[in-house]
Amino acid sequence: MSEEFKVEIVNPEKSFLVKDDVSEVVVPAFEGEMGILKDHISIISFLKPGIIKILSKSGDENYYVEDGIVEFKNNNLSILTSTIFNLADMDKSKQQDLLKQAEEEANKTDINDQSKYLADQKVEVLKTLN
Amino acid sequence: MASLDDLKKRIASVKSTQKITKAMKMVAAAKLRRAQESAEKGRPYSEKMNNVILNLSNGISDKENAPKLLSGTGQEKTYLCVVMTSDRGLCGGFNSNIIKKAKSYFAKILDEGKELKIITVGSKGNDQLKRVYGDKIIENISFKESKNANYFDADKVGKMVIEKFEAGEFDVCTIFYNQFKNVITQIPQAQQIIPLNNEEEESSSEESYEFEPDEDEILSNLLPKNISTQIFKAMLENSASEQGSRMSAMDNATRNAGEMVDKLTIEYNRSRQAAITKELIEIISGAESL
Repeated sequence: MSEEFKVEIVNPEKSFLVKDDVSEVVVPAFEGEMGILKDHISIISFLKPGIIKILSKSGDENYYVEDGIVEFKNNNLSILTSTIFNLADMDKSKQQDLLKQAEEEANKTDINDQSKYLADQKVEVLKTLN
Repeated sequence: MASLDDLKKRIASVKSTQKITKAMKMVAAAKLRRAQESAEKGRPYSEKMNNVILNLSNGISDKENAPKLLSGTGQEKTYLCVVMTSDRGLCGGFNSNIIKKAKSYFAKILDEGKELKIITVGSKGNDQLKRVYGDKIIENISFKESKNANYFDADKVGKMVIEKFEAGEFDVCTIFYNQFKNVITQIPQAQQIIPLNNEEEESSSEESYEFEPDEDEILSNLLPKNISTQIFKAMLENSASEQGSRMSAMDNATRNAGEMVDKLTIEYNRSRQAAITKELIEIISGAESL
């Protein structure tokens, strides 16, 4: 039996990515990174800023996301996110822009703890990319 | 009867109007294709989002303590209506259809003695509503600068709605927009987004999910997002509808202008002929009298 399942990433504008030969996906879930293999139990979780790793036969792909929800059910993984970039298409200047934005956000004083935490996460992740 | 010169001028003016409406129709058709595409592409996201929320709210153990965005504040005193219209005119019945739908809803609410608050998105709706409901409009947003509907604009509206909800400014929120069916038909919609209307049949899958973190936390994170998503969906549908409506309106206008040109041309030719005949009669009768 094949060890592959289907993954679908949608953002509000369009269906961002559909792949059905995926062997493993690592998502930055809110309570830590989570690897999903075939026949994982149905799960709903949401994402914090981080990198989604998709491992498949046709090659590995990495995506940077800022937020989102994952739903895994019947070997279908759906990822809903509003901000996603393919790392392969992301050049240094784009990274710097995002980093600058995130840093500005993190340095705001009038935000609540949760958004502060998320902004710090963004900064951290983006820094590791550089 | 109008003089020949007047007729000529009128024909020229109708013709140039026809040129404008024809150009607008073409532009609308090109934009429509894009808007329709993005409306269709946007559907999976909002559908998936709805699904997840449906699954979540079925799985939620403690209905009493469910987040307020889902279950409501427990009273229905103040209604917030978000009326989404276009920023530009010349699109047939597009705006007035939404306004008509919204107005009948407003009348119902006011009849019941409830409080009404209005947010208008798009300047055309604001123009039409402020005459009658001017004192009820608490906010007017317009995205004239944005070329296409984008998620960040929707998020802005969504965040504002949620802020107001958390401040206890209203109990029920409804959005008004046109749903795009096809180029000729757009259906004005009233969709309640707070509290979430869960009248759809319970999803048949009784499969239990694992939640990480727990349901409540996911829900309280998801629901605000869902509101932005629903507003975004409304914006996409609206922009497709607007272009469709404009296209058919401009098509009609072009055809009407064509008919008018034909009529005026006939009238022009007749009066020209009449004038020639008259001159001939004058000449002949002048010659005869000699």
